[in-house]
Amino acid sequence: MAMKVREPLISELSAPGRRGVRFPESDVPASPMPKDLLRADLPLPEVSEVDVVRHYTRLSHFNHAVDINFYPLGSCTMKYNPKINEAVSRLPGFAHLHPLQPEETAQGALRLMYELQEALQEITGFAACSLQPAAGAHGELTGVHMIWAYHQDRGDTQRNKILVPDSAHGTNPASSAMSGFWVVEIPSDERGNIDLAALKAECDDTVAGLMLTNPNTLGLFEEHLLEVIETVHAAGGLVYGDGANLNALLGIARPGELGFDVMHLNLHKTFATPHGGGGPGSGPVVCAPHLADFLPGPVVVVKEEATDDLPPLYGFRMPPKSIGRVKSFHGHFGVMVKAFAYIMMLGAGGLRQVAEDAVLNANYLRVRLQDAYHIPYNRICMHEFVAEGRWKDAPDVHALDIAKRLMDFGFHPPTNYFPLIVHEALMIEPTETESKETLDAFAEAMLQIAGEAHTNPEVLHSAPHATPFGRVDEVKAAKELILTWE
Amino acid sequence: MEFPADLKYTKNDEWIRADGTVGVTDYAQDQLSDVVFVEIVVSEGDEVAQGDIIATIESVKAAADVYAPAGGKVVAVNEALADTPEAVNEDPYGKAWLIKLEIADPAELDGLMDAEAYEAYCKEREE
Repeated sequence: MAMKVREPLISELSAPGRRGVRFPESDVPASPMPKDLLRADLPLPEVSEVDVVRHYTRLSHFNHAVDINFYPLGSCTMKYNPKINEAVSRLPGFAHLHPLQPEETAQGALRLMYELQEALQEITGFAACSLQPAAGAHGELTGVHMIWAYHQDRGDTQRNKILVPDSAHGTNPASSAMSGFWVVEIPSDERGNIDLAALKAECDDTVAGLMLTNPNTLGLFEEHLLEVIETVHAAGGLVYGDGANLNALLGIARPGELGFDVMHLNLHKTFATPHGGGGPGSGPVVCAPHLADFLPGPVVVVKEEATDDLPPLYGFRMPPKSIGRVKSFHGHFGVMVKAFAYIMMLGAGGLRQVAEDAVLNANYLRVRLQDAYHIPYNRICMHEFVAEGRWKDAPDVHALDIAKRLMDFGFHPPTNYFPLIVHEALMIEPTETESKETLDAFAEAMLQIAGEAHTNPEVLHSAPHATPFGRVDEVKAAKELILTWE
Repeated sequence: MEFPADLKYTKNDEWIRADGTVGVTDYAQDQLSDVVFVEIVVSEGDEVAQGDIIATIESVKAAADVYAPAGGKVVAVNEALADTPEAVNEDPYGKAWLIKLEIADPAELDGLMDAEAYEAYCKEREE
């Protein structure tokens, strides 16, 4: 655990005249900056190289990372990603490509993209794929645009609403609204499924589609999935699958075969790029045959089949009714390399084991915690589950207190206060990469905290105690944001 | 928790007084926790229908839309809340009123809950 010392700001380390680098005397004529761009009072820190290295290395020790300890941040799939995928994506042949170089000179990269498209189609049971979208919500926006384009193309222009369950990812209503649709929220029933009666009541000829996160944000598999999809299809709508929770389904269920029409995948959650690191992500969109022509492009195709002497020639092509480009150049290629390496190393059996272990780990923790924490939709879960961080006989304790206290045990807190349909929600996603020992250590910490909530709530209210900074004033931080030094 | 008897309540936790004053309830502010930002998205003179978005309230936990409990013309907007969002926590039925409406059809209020029904509705959600 880090020592409780205040790390000064880099500006506070400044000493006049100190330098990291000394440039040699200029041996060319000076070319002065325009006078109006010169500032004598610019408060840049003057520090040496070692000052900079130590300062930022110390700051990095204050961070929690999946390389340090368990990170059960629900909905984010903070699995450990093998370092070999990082190494592969840095190979000079991949890392030094220029996006504008001729297709003939980038055949290896194009083959990788083509085979990744094929692999993602195979994993999800869809017919076509575009690797363009930059990340998950971008993939959603792309998919909803495709739904709009599909209805317009058929002259079915009165469809102006998208249905979104209250257990969906928070970005789903935003993606629908940004695409120009009205958003209609569909409630959940007492088992955490979509309320079928409420769904049917909204399924008329103005429905453009339904956005469905499956497993949903409660970590539950939609029990009436086929009926839900049939209901929307019968009304002429399409079903969008939010693939952010695909980790639970790999190698077990293929959304394309379940009847979904279009879906995005988060390569940066499910396929070996760290999530939540500030990017980049990658959110490919896969779809059924009737939407393939609307995919954003260009997509990678085989332009000339292989011959006895030559391998196939890969190249870019725009789908005929494409909604257009959604990203400059070709998406986040480095993330695609990591995903492809991960998929090829695991193979079909390995991918299935990812899902099985992710589901097993979540259920193990759910059952270990269920006597100490109320779990409102307590049935076999998928890759995550949601517990309540409140007790009737400890009314002053909140989910936030539990989250902060967990930091004292060296764990990253779970997602809290989401989904909104659970009071004081603690959303726990252990992922497949954690051992039973780690899960047990986390469960023991959670059980100890549940005990403290009843016997010594003050230790929770004032937590964290063992971190470089204690409890921060979130209200003040939100209301009196100070972004500049001095 | 307070449930003033002279108000009507919505399922989305807004209240409205017979004179057209609108706000969010004590239960709503308790669920949101510390409110840090209030944005009223309608202006004086606007016509709103029942269920239209009139404001967004943001707390350290969540952001919530506020809907018009009844239709009518907006005759006043509480500008002070932009600088004192904490009033929603401190005085949800007083200082933290959001807008005043000239109610178009008083019959719309008959479809809302009275204090007793709303209190039961809040209890039910706490279970």
